[in-house]
Amino acid sequence: MSGSVLQYCSTTFAITLCLWGHPYLNSIFLLFFFFFSLTPWVPVVGLEIHAQISSNSKLFSGSQVQFAAPPNSLVSFFDASLPGTLPVLNRRCVEAAVMTGLALNCSINKKSLFDRKHYFYADLPAGYQITQQRVPIAVNGSLSYSLCIDNKMSQMVTKTVRIKQIQLEQDSGKSLHDDVRSQTLVDLNRAGVGLMEVVMEPDMCCGEEAAAAVRELQLILQTLGSSQAVMAEGQLRVDANVSVHHPGEPYGVRTEVKNINSIRFLAKAVDYEIERQIEELESGGTILNETRAFDSKLGCTVPMRDKEGKQDYRFMPEPNLPPLILYNARSLPANMNHQQVVNIDWIHERLPDLPSVKRAKLVEQYGILPEHSFTLLNEAGLTEFFEDVIKQTQMKPKKVIGWILNDLLSYLKQHSLTVKESPVSSFLLADLLNRLEKKEISSTAAKQVFAELWKGEGKTPLEIVKEKKLQLIQDQEDLERICQAVMAIKSGNRKVLNKLIGLVQRETQGRSNPVLVKQLLEKKLSE
Amino acid sequence: QRCLSLIKSTKFLNAYITVAEETALKQAEESEKRYKRGQPLGVLDGIPIAVKDNFNTAGIETTCASNMLKGYISPYNATVVQKLLDQGAVLLGKTNLDEFAMGSGSTDGVFGPVRNPWSYSRQYKEKSVPKSHSEDKDSNWVITGGSSGGSAAAVSSFTCFAALGSDTGGSTRNPAAHCGVVGLKPTYGLISRHGLIPLVNSMDVPGILTRCVDDAAVVLGSLAGHDPKDSTTIQDNFKPFELSDLTDVSKLSIGIPKEYHAPGLSSEILALWSKAADLFKNAGAKVIEVSLPHTRYSIVCYHVLCTAEVASNMARFDGLEYGHRSDMNKSTESMYAATRREGFNDVVRGRILSGNYFLLKQNYENYFIKAQKVRRLIANDFVKVFGSGVDILLTPTTLSDAIPYMEFIKEDNRTRSAQDDILTQAANMAGLPAINVPTALSERGLPVGLQFIGRSFQEKQLLTVAKWFEKQVKFPMIQLDEVKRHDHGVFQHQKSASFLEHRT
Repeated sequence: MSGSVLQYCSTTFAITLCLWGHPYLNSIFLLFFFFFSLTPWVPVVGLEIHAQISSNSKLFSGSQVQFAAPPNSLVSFFDASLPGTLPVLNRRCVEAAVMTGLALNCSINKKSLFDRKHYFYADLPAGYQITQQRVPIAVNGSLSYSLCIDNKMSQMVTKTVRIKQIQLEQDSGKSLHDDVRSQTLVDLNRAGVGLMEVVMEPDMCCGEEAAAAVRELQLILQTLGSSQAVMAEGQLRVDANVSVHHPGEPYGVRTEVKNINSIRFLAKAVDYEIERQIEELESGGTILNETRAFDSKLGCTVPMRDKEGKQDYRFMPEPNLPPLILYNARSLPANMNHQQVVNIDWIHERLPDLPSVKRAKLVEQYGILPEHSFTLLNEAGLTEFFEDVIKQTQMKPKKVIGWILNDLLSYLKQHSLTVKESPVSSFLLADLLNRLEKKEISSTAAKQVFAELWKGEGKTPLEIVKEKKLQLIQDQEDLERICQAVMAIKSGNRKVLNKLIGLVQRETQGRSNPVLVKQLLEKKLSE
Repeated sequence: QRCLSLIKSTKFLNAYITVAEETALKQAEESEKRYKRGQPLGVLDGIPIAVKDNFNTAGIETTCASNMLKGYISPYNATVVQKLLDQGAVLLGKTNLDEFAMGSGSTDGVFGPVRNPWSYSRQYKEKSVPKSHSEDKDSNWVITGGSSGGSAAAVSSFTCFAALGSDTGGSTRNPAAHCGVVGLKPTYGLISRHGLIPLVNSMDVPGILTRCVDDAAVVLGSLAGHDPKDSTTIQDNFKPFELSDLTDVSKLSIGIPKEYHAPGLSSEILALWSKAADLFKNAGAKVIEVSLPHTRYSIVCYHVLCTAEVASNMARFDGLEYGHRSDMNKSTESMYAATRREGFNDVVRGRILSGNYFLLKQNYENYFIKAQKVRRLIANDFVKVFGSGVDILLTPTTLSDAIPYMEFIKEDNRTRSAQDDILTQAANMAGLPAINVPTALSERGLPVGLQFIGRSFQEKQLLTVAKWFEKQVKFPMIQLDEVKRHDHGVFQHQKSASFLEHRT
């Protein structure tokens, strides 16, 4: 019996994994419950997210921050932890953290503290990381995110995850292991770069939720500019804490899954880990409180070799940094140099529209569907592109959105391009849509023009239309002749009328006015 | 040049680890040119100074008297060193210390112990009677105290005008007392620590060793002030000051903290202390006994906080980026272990071990947090006393005069540090300014000093009182016949006024 359950379990999960963003684990467990009368498992997922702060210089030193610079070219004396060097806090990083805290509905601590977290590792030159363990800069926030049910864009639900805290801390360097020559090379370019660690409470229950929450966070960070949050460049790194338990029982032992470097993998890793834990427990095993890595090639999590066994980080206050004091308009000291204070209210007033607000505005302003607003925001620059097109065209936004999402976006996806890299500019697309709107061309022809435009040969839609003879054929005689020809082949009844229209269209490469063709065909048929 | 030859002739003192002869001569030459042009950089232009070997000096080895940093040449100057150089001071060299400034004798460095110049003074030789005739004449030499013993000895033996020390628990004042020089520990946050290789970040301050209080004020004036590279320095502008001669002390209130009558305080020093109190009283000052009730817990808490920060600060010495690296290459971990075993002496390793113990999750609350709480109580003790109208506290600096090296090494570093820092570390726990003023010679002909502790950032008041006191006690000059004899040739050649002659 139990064997078959497991089998069922695995196959179901395999399906879940294939269709990312597909059925809920919950519903699967309910299935269990009904079919096998087993106690269901409740998966619990919490996240720790490290976001690299977008800043010219590092958290405590003046070295530049830059991706893929030559190894060890961005290392100050402090970054290499030369004896006698001291940390000096970067104001920009503090502002980024405050901004992010405010955007995530956190309360900002007017006084926060820095601590040292000790461990020996080759890419941690000081032997400790400066972080905010005791009193972080922001606490008690929340993040709302939406996801679709049953993979249907039209059925979206909004969920909320609590944000426990946001802390400022240093990034470590990078170790490169050369197994052939059995040596480790260390690159300290990243050492000391400012990070915001966002700790999310275990309010999620599956990979899809975790992925949606991280995606929303990513959008918020990018909107704020507090982090570029490009996962592929390590600017956003996610560790997932996963456990399962029976309803009404305390949380199970959790594992921490590290090395997740894309949102897709996050969903996979979490779902795999949930499945693994359930299998383990159902077969009488136990879950170890361990760190696991996600192997994206195998699609599974594997235990990580622990760096030093059970770690005692020997936390201690950082004595070289006074408490970080933030001010609001009321507490702002009059005699203080403005360069040296961070004013929370000032930052609050200047927060840009967050993604949720932007979406609501799009829906309201253009009458598009909510799910379309998600798609628009999910693609960097797509909203701006959409709005640019709207400004330059007479077509209704509701129709424009179809072109943006169905044509532009799918072409972009097919060619793995970003909106910025699109060969079709908003100007060209607007021009094309205007011609369609003026009925100069049919929508089929418009698609062809779009395909031509995509080639990026510098032609205007008009040029393409002329070149390819895609204008709508308005000449009745012409059309009559074509229809006659078609009729000669096909003598049929009214049911095949549409098919005939299609044939006419094919014959004319979509250039014939379908209304006219229909009338003609009807006339011919009635003859 | 005179100083350099004096350094050579006093080499046996082992005060210097590195003598920067070439650069010093070059700096002196440039200074002379500036004087000729009539454009000296400041009061310190051309003045020879020495710097404790735990301050980073660009181009000159910085060792901390440890195998770990032997041969380490820093790429940058500590802020205080830079400030001195910017004023035209001539950097003679780097002075000896206990390894990483952990000690109170200047005996525990990898370059060997520092000998107290007073061991070779006429005053000491006349008074010290060899216990037995068989005893080697040379084994009688006394320690300098520490950990800035090299700096104290360098100033005391006239090889430089002023020296930088560091003071974490008394490391500037203690050797100053034993070597008969002025040792100033400024308020925490007044002088930048950037470039000072830390012992305890929350207590370290650069210390100033000079032959008189006025000189200390001059050096302080050139070093103090905000440093953007050290976030713990205060933002307020510091105005250098000249000390006026205090004529009237009747408005002064001098506190005598009774807790400083510590076990082990020599009767000689006790007598000197009360004599000093009488001196103030007779001059019209108000002298009152005060209480700093938490003083006796201070040294234990100091030990906990000190070792915890040591454990943390020493973590960076892993042999990867700089410093000693062991040949052991089986794994990164074994390389770390071997590097640190070879690089650090027992004292340093011992403190790292106990510090890490105090920081363990299960001990943190019971040791570190408690010690921090007591530290707050100790600081509050001072606040209360100063709040009650006391201007300056007068205490002994050390329990006794300097003891012979052979005597000193009978106890381990840990015991010695606990004894020797007992009267000085509370000022570090509270961050207060304190100064040792050489007061008199002991029965054995060795210097004894007293300590003044002032209010936070009230260096001017502290030094003014110290200067008045200095004037009253007329501490005798050291009579270094031996050095003179060694140095005979130089004396013949150089007729210009040396610091030695100038001062006597």
